[in-house]
Amino acid sequence: MCTYLTFAEAVSGSAKGPGGRWMRVTDATVYFDHPVHAMAEHTINVDITDPGAGPSARVALELTPDSARRLASAIGAALASAPASLGGDGDG
Amino acid sequence: MSENLSARTVKIRGFGGDEVEAYLATPDDAGRRGGVVVIHHMPGYDRATKEIVRRFAEMGYDAICPNLYWREAPGADPDDAAAKARAQGGVPDERLIGDVEGAADYLRSLPTSNGKVGVIGYCSGGRQSVLAACNLDLDAAVDCYGAFVTGTPPEGFPLQVRNLVDQLPNLRCPLLGLFGAEDKFPSPEHVAELDSILAAHAKEHEFHSYPGAGHSFFSVDRPAYNVEAANDGWQRIADFFGKHLAG
Repeated sequence: MCTYLTFAEAVSGSAKGPGGRWMRVTDATVYFDHPVHAMAEHTINVDITDPGAGPSARVALELTPDSARRLASAIGAALASAPASLGGDGDG
Repeated sequence: MSENLSARTVKIRGFGGDEVEAYLATPDDAGRRGGVVVIHHMPGYDRATKEIVRRFAEMGYDAICPNLYWREAPGADPDDAAAKARAQGGVPDERLIGDVEGAADYLRSLPTSNGKVGVIGYCSGGRQSVLAACNLDLDAAVDCYGAFVTGTPPEGFPLQVRNLVDQLPNLRCPLLGLFGAEDKFPSPEHVAELDSILAAHAKEHEFHSYPGAGHSFFSVDRPAYNVEAANDGWQRIADFFGKHLAG
């Protein structure tokens, strides 16, 4: 299956990219499709990029659907654990 | 079959007169022969695709694969280039047609050309192979599990892809279709719809669907690789191009 479906989102932060260098990142794309490297037929693929720095300024993830769900859940849980006053979703 | 061959990177004139990188493989012997334009899969102009180009040279054809993501990401790793092209919405159909036309013209300009050129594409390139065959003068086309030749892309589709149903009456050459019976895009229903549309318009075509094979069964470096389907598929391709590209 080749879904073509791609979800794009603006992000703000940093990522450790090619050559072990940190970079500011501004864009994320998420799609369900064939991986380049993971030994699975389909994966959730996430690209976190700095488009202004060229195509190689990218951190790529290919996660099996179950592990992608667990990661999304963990991100939600971490946000819920932090108080709203700090930008989290939790109390306080 | 050709025992000796050469492979190299060249520049061709693609859509809009743009200079586009392409991978060329040719048999070393001087006889006249047909040409094959290879359209790479959505993951890009990668090592596995270049192996396919060399295989066509080994089969006796001049073969070329344009880097469809060259404009977005010249010189980038294939996976980085594919990610950038995807984020920007994919390859517009008009540009694809121009790039394949440039690649076909390049093959016809070779002193070894017999004037005949076929096209083959994999995954997204399967759809693009049909697209090219509906818009360009080619002698044979092969669609390897291209999604959205028929069928409707889901709502809110961000990529510039639509089905080719309105273009199929313009198909200009015989079409060989190779599909996995377990594939969802294209599903067996999509393949049956394509078959019936081509039959209704009296377009010469030959389809094979392989039980137990899913999408991307020719991909030797992926878990989807299916030996039985790929071996039979390569034989079908050899017979098809042998029939339609012979000089």
